[in-house]
Amino acid sequence: MGQKITIDPVTRVEGHGKVTLYVNNDGSIEQARFHIVEFRGFERFVQGRPYWEMPVLVQRLCGICPVSHHLAAAKAIDVIVGAGMGDELPPTAEKMRRLMHYGQIFQSHALHFFFLASPDLLFGIDAEPAKRNVLFLAQENRDLAHRAILMRKFGQEIILATAGKKIHGTGAIPGGINKHLSLEEKDKFLKGEFPLNIDTMIQWSLETLDFFHHYEEQHKDFIQSFVSFPSNYLSLIRSDGALDLYHGVLRAVDPNGNKILPDVDYHEYYKYIEEEVRSWSYMKFPYIKTLGQELGWYTVGPLARMNTADFIDTPLAQKEFELFRAVHKGKPCHHVMHTHWARLIEILHAAEKIKVLLEDPDILAGELFRQGNKQFEGIGLIEAPRGTLFHHYKINENDQIIQANLIVSTTNNNQAMNNAVLQVAQRTFKGQKKVTESMTNAIEVAIRAYDPCLSCATHALGQMPLVIEIVNT
Amino acid sequence: MAEVVRFFIDGKECMAKNGDYLLQAAKENGIYIPTLCHYDGLKPKGSCRVCTCKVNGRLMTACTTPIAEGMMIESNTLEIEEMRKSIIELFFVDGNHFCPTCEKSGYCELQALAYRYRITAPRYPFLFPLKRVVADYAKIIIDHNRCVLCKRCVRAIKDEMGKSFFAYRRRGQNIEVILDKRMSDRMSFEIALEAENICPVGAIMAKRTAFTTPIGYRKFDKITIGSDIEKIKTK
Ligand code: SF4
Repeated sequence: MGQKITIDPVTRVEGHGKVTLYVNNDGSIEQARFHIVEFRGFERFVQGRPYWEMPVLVQRLCGICPVSHHLAAAKAIDVIVGAGMGDELPPTAEKMRRLMHYGQIFQSHALHFFFLASPDLLFGIDAEPAKRNVLFLAQENRDLAHRAILMRKFGQEIILATAGKKIHGTGAIPGGINKHLSLEEKDKFLKGEFPLNIDTMIQWSLETLDFFHHYEEQHKDFIQSFVSFPSNYLSLIRSDGALDLYHGVLRAVDPNGNKILPDVDYHEYYKYIEEEVRSWSYMKFPYIKTLGQELGWYTVGPLARMNTADFIDTPLAQKEFELFRAVHKGKPCHHVMHTHWARLIEILHAAEKIKVLLEDPDILAGELFRQGNKQFEGIGLIEAPRGTLFHHYKINENDQIIQANLIVSTTNNNQAMNNAVLQVAQRTFKGQKKVTESMTNAIEVAIRAYDPCLSCATHALGQMPLVIEIVNT
Repeated sequence: MAEVVRFFIDGKECMAKNGDYLLQAAKENGIYIPTLCHYDGLKPKGSCRVCTCKVNGRLMTACTTPIAEGMMIESNTLEIEEMRKSIIELFFVDGNHFCPTCEKSGYCELQALAYRYRITAPRYPFLFPLKRVVADYAKIIIDHNRCVLCKRCVRAIKDEMGKSFFAYRRRGQNIEVILDKRMSDRMSFEIALEAENICPVGAIMAKRTAFTTPIGYRKFDKITIGSDIEKIKTK
């Protein structure tokens, strides 16, 4: 008889889930499953509500990146109110929404890298749990912790100025936005007192990348071989191939970089993507239809975006992107730990974008929203910090939602995370008689690289931690 | 000239025209008595009971009690304020109020009262009643989850002939506001907005527009309800 190991809770992830490992008598791992065991049912209870509530209602799925849900829902509802298919909003509206979104990317990535991931990098997978946390980080590396807090704060202040609140604002409304940026707000972000100004944020983003490179030099093995497996990658992309986190077409590439979804219109995503339900998890398994359930799974998020994009349209991030692509010889990168690198490139890109937007006069004045002929269906996609986020609504003639489908980033990464868990478990548990804390943490580290938000993924409710279970086979 | 009478609210000497309703008379003397169902210019109804005061030792609703010479009124006392707070809490448990996603947030008088009375959670169990959202009108939506049955819409929103757009139907705990179907077809967007504005809560909402005022600029983001009457700066 083998055994069943449960890791419960998995910590420093957003939401509640568990991992079950099925171990054979010889200690090898038969199977590994990453489950999400809670259920919330947002898709059901929005039915009957008026469509204009969606951007404000559905963002309550999440307290970490509500802006992503707010904007994806707003983009879907834009279609319903006849404000076009995503690129016909008034310039002020699109730029203010983008500003909000880049603020969100900046703060969410900073939160993940510094608060959730860096304790593993700095103190090691084997460190005592009491040390692998942000409080110990603050004790050991005050400067890093200080920056982490201030970078998050800067991103959140941008959200406050564009959405009205740092968490769960109301800025994006059907067909546009409800406010301009004030001159004072703009000046504060552009030229505010050190360190809370955009130039310092760009500088700190660059220095965080240096920190990562320095770390990688010393821990090459860990970063490059801890967990690495071929995957398809999917993201939105600007129609000219540039990284675009707010809008674009859908592109997917295979493990060699060949396009398997060749820049298709995301309003027809359902023609290309299917979701599979498995009995042991509330999180669905999406896949690319033409490749089928077995081969069609894909990864989304920062790593995927670096693998799908042809270039980045901000100079500093582009330089780093070129390095990233060069390291991987122009092919997709499969090192899951390089997701952290990709995330840091995006922090820099978001900061550069924020600067460009702050210098744009359209954010201070101009038409805020527009509406046209009502439609009965709307689809909105956005690149959330954790990856591609799909919102799809249908309404009746009374303006009530009759159907909602949300595919969140973490759900898109479901199979990839399961594969990562299996790979790490097979290696870490091999030939071990006793399960140690550092072995289970290794699994958590792999999951954490995806920065999963389990509450979003099942639109779930409950405690935060994640469980790992080992089962006799 | 109307006769002026003298009366006392919580010991403070006040003056008003004889026969004025207490709620209005208090307001003219810089004293705020909270209410949900009353709206200046409409015939008082006394349905929400939030304005209850002790008048010469008896509990009376301020919006329906005419003032008279020498009246002794208790309003801002521990006993009365505690009772009002309970009434406000009962409104919350009697409906389904999800303020975080309600488009009336920041303009809602029930929510504003809850803030004024520092209600973080009601002390009574939520009843979670099953209520309808009626959306088949062209210009408005009625969300019965939020209706406090103040009858403001029935009293205020009328056509040029003086006919009400809204009415009550059924009785007792099944009572609800409806919009006359034929009248609803004639309702303009302006009337729909008027109905939305007269509703103290988010029960009547004009369709297809929401959240157009940014957080921070909504009515009760700037002032605590009643502070304009008390002439005190609160936010
Ligand atoms: S009507 Fe008022 S109290 Fe009710 S949910 Fe809306 S804001 Fe809250």
